Amino acid sequence: MSRIQILEERCKGCRLCVEACPTGVLRPSGRFNHQGYEVMEADGQCVGCASCAVMCPDTAIRVFKSVKGAAA
Amino acid sequence: MTSAKKSVPPRAEKLVFDVNPVLNERPTHYCPGCHHGIAHRLVSEALHELGVADRTILVASVGCAAFTYDYFNVDSVEAPHGRACAVATGVRRARPGAVVFTYQGDGDMAAIGTAESLHAANRGEKITAVFINNTVYGMTGGQMAPTTLLGQKTTTSRRGRDFDNEGGPIRLTEIMAQLQGVAYAARCALDSVKHVKEAKKAVRRAFDAQIAGLGFGFVELLSSCPTNWHMDPVAANRHIAEEMIPVFPLGVFRDVMKEKGNA
Repeated sequence: MSRIQILEERCKGCRLCVEACPTGVLRPSGRFNHQGYEVMEADGQCVGCASCAVMCPDTAIRVFKSVKGAAA
Repeated sequence: MTSAKKSVPPRAEKLVFDVNPVLNERPTHYCPGCHHGIAHRLVSEALHELGVADRTILVASVGCAAFTYDYFNVDSVEAPHGRACAVATGVRRARPGAVVFTYQGDGDMAAIGTAESLHAANRGEKITAVFINNTVYGMTGGQMAPTTLLGQKTTTSRRGRDFDNEGGPIRLTEIMAQLQGVAYAARCALDSVKHVKEAKKAVRRAFDAQIAGLGFGFVELLSSCPTNWHMDPVAANRHIAEEMIPVFPLGVFRDVMKEKGNA
């Protein structure tokens, strides 16, 4: 399964990623970072399309895509 | 995400999206949802993919983008307000091997720096200009810019911009495309995944034009300013799609590389 990693100290809680995600993986977490912004969290079936990362103004998202057939 | 408990074999994963080394990891000073961050990323990716970051010189402007030099791992010069293209002219002529680009907002490039920008373009200076159009003066508190839409309320157009009093929004890309020295002129938007991907290609092409020595590369990016538009970032993106793009049509207005057939 693909997944994303949110760099919480870079996130500014703008929610452009929430809007961009085609599968609704992202949502506000209720936690705040040192800058005082509510950070996003990921929960659900990520397809690794990187739409969230393309829209993120703060490059706060890393995307890992699963590679079929290869051993971990 | 381990699948050790299940019988299916574990799958490898590949990092497909990460911060590239041309952009440093310092959090930006921009407001939440500001498209400057996306524009920074597109420029840094273009420099990274071209492999020219070590010989790139950024000419920073005045405005919200005044601290651009803090975020790029390239050499930089800070220009006086509006004069980034003039400074870049000097930098590029003194260092012919360098890749020189300016990063300017609409207040900087389309208002105080119109003369410097248009004449640098007209001379065909081998530089690239990234023009961020968000229809307001962002850093100083949302005053009317030359690109402000008709009817748009700002702190200096309280009843909305009126053509009879303040004129209409300047379409700088169309003006640039008329000039002989311009090798590439395009307008893109940063409001959706599709448009950002198109913008990435345009930014890359604006650098290609310079590196090929064909002339001035220009790319205008329609960006949001949620703070001064008094909208949340998601509504600001919709504002770009519904209000800005009809006034500022997207597209490539001049591409000498294509005309010459080596696209």
